[in-house]
Amino acid sequence: MTIVETAVDARLAPGVSVRARNLDKSYGAKRVLSGLDLDVPAGQFLAIVGRSGCGKSTLLRLVAGLDEKTRGGVSFGESAASHARDIVRVMFQEPRLLPWARVLANVEVGLGERRGGADGREQALEALRSVGLEDRAKDWPSTLSGGQKQRVAFARALVSRPRLLAFDEPLGALDALTRVEMQRLLETAWLRDGFTALLVTHDVAEAVALADRIVIIENGAISRDIAVDLPRPRRRGAVEVAELEEQILDYLLGDAAGR
Amino acid sequence: MKRAMTHPQEASISSGGSARGGVSRRIRWRAILESRASAWIVPLSIVAIWQAACALELTPSTLLPSPLAVIDAAWRLTLTGELPRNLGVSFLRAIGGLAIGGAIGFIFGLANGVSKISEVLADSTLQMARNIPHLALIPLVILWLGIDEEAKLFLVSIGVFFPIYVNTLHGVRSVDPQLVEMARSYGMPSRELFRQVVLPGALPSIFVGLRYALGVMWLTLIVAETIAAQSGLGYMAMQAREFMQVDVVVLSILIYALLGKLADSVARVLERVCLSWHPAFQRERGGAS
Repeated sequence: MTIVETAVDARLAPGVSVRARNLDKSYGAKRVLSGLDLDVPAGQFLAIVGRSGCGKSTLLRLVAGLDEKTRGGVSFGESAASHARDIVRVMFQEPRLLPWARVLANVEVGLGERRGGADGREQALEALRSVGLEDRAKDWPSTLSGGQKQRVAFARALVSRPRLLAFDEPLGALDALTRVEMQRLLETAWLRDGFTALLVTHDVAEAVALADRIVIIENGAISRDIAVDLPRPRRRGAVEVAELEEQILDYLLGDAAGR
Repeated sequence: MKRAMTHPQEASISSGGSARGGVSRRIRWRAILESRASAWIVPLSIVAIWQAACALELTPSTLLPSPLAVIDAAWRLTLTGELPRNLGVSFLRAIGGLAIGGAIGFIFGLANGVSKISEVLADSTLQMARNIPHLALIPLVILWLGIDEEAKLFLVSIGVFFPIYVNTLHGVRSVDPQLVEMARSYGMPSRELFRQVVLPGALPSIFVGLRYALGVMWLTLIVAETIAAQSGLGYMAMQAREFMQVDVVVLSILIYALLGKLADSVARVLERVCLSWHPAFQRERGGAS
């Protein structure tokens, strides 16, 4: 899947803008999101951080159309009618591979209607190659490590040509080395394919390393909106990166102390 | 592997060849006992003891024929064509009943697992009917259907229906909801969702139901054939009892045992083929990497 190839088909133009207005979500009496507004320009890499239980995962699930919103609306791009299912792909915290399908067949799930098409298999293999697991195409998922499974899930998301890719802490369960490796993979794919990325994470360092912009969610609404204007690739431990990370952590922790 | 590595050490400590020989002999015995063929050691020993008891006339031959006499009876009945015919009749009844009852149970299980409406309408009725011992229906079935093929097919079908139904339903219900959510978020249409996610996810449980159903299948058939039939293995055994042909009676019982084992083996092979993705079966093949 090259940039040229995706650009040929205008319908599949990468990167879509997201517009959420006055989003409300309650579970019973508990109000998780209240009147949240969010605009994400096409192709932006947005990280959503916050303490656990702040509603960041809920926001992602509403945008992806996995949960029903109590009130408010989410729209993509210019056309208001388009459905989340056709535009958004989600990478979950768990890889969620089908254990009874070989690795390649799992990636092919991402092809959707193009599955079984002339070059469907070739595209799936290409996606698998881009995450470095081409040689495991014929294996069962149960024989892969946690990080490899998550890479297969990533290949599955990539092959579906997402216009918006939402990550729900997909690296949360991985060890430190695998995390860094996955972050690089993620950034490379985003730079190459140009989709809009929505990363939900509680790891501030991860957000600073990857995102164009970081929003902090507190009490069901956005409390800070920070533009990250640092050159890529960002080196871990670089002064500006560390300073920004420190600043956000201070904010999050200071806020907790004040409460 | 580990055992072999500790070998030289042991030999040097005990400084004699005898300990070493003892260990390797133990390993050889272990290898023999762990092989597949050793499953037959116990049944064959029983037959051998039985033959010896008969040869020494410890048991009256009018009540318990020797294994050789049973084999002789099998040969005799094979020559007259009686055994193959009855065996064939019973086999067809078993398979027919399994196919009909199993298919209906499978369909109901899937429908009630997938559709809430279907479940509300059908499940509680089926759960009530499940608690009636199906063999209690024999008098009614004889009144309704006589002692023809329909009666046997009906009883076997009812017998295998419930284990397949209950386990299919359970299997469909226990499919990982996270996988279903993933498939839906990729826009998988319902038909594909069923084929790629729900059915494979339910399969291990369905196999449990199938193996249980096979046991019920033989039990039902034997009882039905013993009470009301004009052919089949059960009928053959009852006829033999009338004429005091103990060897034929024992032969029928042994054939039941073999058929039961055969059915179970077929189910195991199917399981291994269909569930080859399952970690449990991958370990058995010894190829986890």
